[in-house]
Amino acid sequence: MAEKRLTGYRRPDGRVGIRNHVVILPVDDLSNAVAESVARAIPGTLAIPHPYGRLQFGADLELFFQTMIGTGANPNVAAAVVIGIEPAWTERIAAGIAATGKPVAQFSIERHGDLRVLEMASRRAAQLLQDASELTREPAGRGELLMSIKCGESDTTSGLGANPATSVAVDRHIAAGGTVIFGETTELTGGEHLIAERCATDEVRRKFQAFFGEYFAMVERTGANLLGSQPTQGNIRGGLSTIEEKALGNIQKTGTAPVVDALAPAERPTRAGLNFMDTSCAAAEFITLTAAAGAVIHLFPTGQGNVVGHPVEPVIKISANPLTVATMSEHIDVDVSGLLQLEYGLAAAGDRLEDVIDRTVSGRLTCAEVLGHREFALTRLHPSA
Amino acid sequence: MPEPAPSRASGVDFLAHRPGDDVAVAVRDTGPGPASAAYLDSGHRFEIMARDAIPLGHKIALRDLAESEDVLEYGVLIGRTRAPVAAGELVHTHNLRSARWQKSV
Repeated sequence: MAEKRLTGYRRPDGRVGIRNHVVILPVDDLSNAVAESVARAIPGTLAIPHPYGRLQFGADLELFFQTMIGTGANPNVAAAVVIGIEPAWTERIAAGIAATGKPVAQFSIERHGDLRVLEMASRRAAQLLQDASELTREPAGRGELLMSIKCGESDTTSGLGANPATSVAVDRHIAAGGTVIFGETTELTGGEHLIAERCATDEVRRKFQAFFGEYFAMVERTGANLLGSQPTQGNIRGGLSTIEEKALGNIQKTGTAPVVDALAPAERPTRAGLNFMDTSCAAAEFITLTAAAGAVIHLFPTGQGNVVGHPVEPVIKISANPLTVATMSEHIDVDVSGLLQLEYGLAAAGDRLEDVIDRTVSGRLTCAEVLGHREFALTRLHPSA
Repeated sequence: MPEPAPSRASGVDFLAHRPGDDVAVAVRDTGPGPASAAYLDSGHRFEIMARDAIPLGHKIALRDLAESEDVLEYGVLIGRTRAPVAAGELVHTHNLRSARWQKSV
């Protein structure tokens, strides 16, 4: 098959995005109100409200900064307006985003109030939106697009159909020189040896095993019964019985490439190929971390019908469950339910998915984008002070 | 490149991931009664008698399993039986538990 012509927005730091958002980024919960007011005043900009950013400290604070900076720095973002309650942390996030070379404006509320900030930030957002509207798409190589993968509300049809179909696209993306991030640390339980065997070097294997061992030990320390949480009630309703069964289905989507690195949460990959990231298995938390690492497109196989989206990283839903495809069609971008009745094989399912990936890269809105799903969930490592 | 298409005749009721697996997955609501099954990897078909109603996505035992016996799917351990399970019965959380989450009982 001839290489299709893909297009994207080449950012000043050289990375390529597939969307052209101007984001209004609140530093903290207190700044959500004015950030959302700016986005209402200047339609076409996108506020990303969230409930944290106050009195975080230590490793949890560092991950917060990394996530906020990474979100603004994501290549799907053309420009950012950062608004915080006070100037110091606002400056830290704005400066981190500005290091990519893209335009960034910053405002703080103390000594101005919401209303003055609303006017100043809206005027600046209007300019940034007009400037962004003049940026044009350029030809982009498949390998330049950082991809992430995570499944959700999985059931047994995920392991039989949607995840193997995704693995075809993952292998093709990596064969084209691309990079793909997977994660979901606890959701490897029972199949972690399969990932360890695929680690490219002993160093990567040790890193992976350390991440896995620490997460598993944290879960066990709680002494909690995870049945109903991991697997979820939705997983169980769909026929998954144990964490091991869920994990083996999960791993089906990772394809066949070696694992070239094991990343900390929100860490930007530096090695082309398949990268593991230490993450929660909650959909919005996961995509928020991979978007912060720079991922511009997400493949999301689902069984029972998780409806998640993200403010800046488009999420493509793939399902092989005929009941889900029939009852939740507005959420499913790629129907591969024919795999279950052996109507077609994996390569054909991979072709269906690749067609939707390519159209999404070049501007087609995903179901989650059309439905306004913009889930943004910060991962917390420990409580605030 | 097109793949050789597996037989399309009337589809199947159950798919098993690979030979040696102890369970197969209902790909449509099935049973109780005689049912058709196939292996996902080879397309090889076989017949099975469902003793229970097995809803879409739920598992059927492909052989008799004793209590506390290892259960394989994908050729890998997915848990242990809580109770004896006869071939053709529904396998789910009522008779299968994790071998890894020690508190999930």
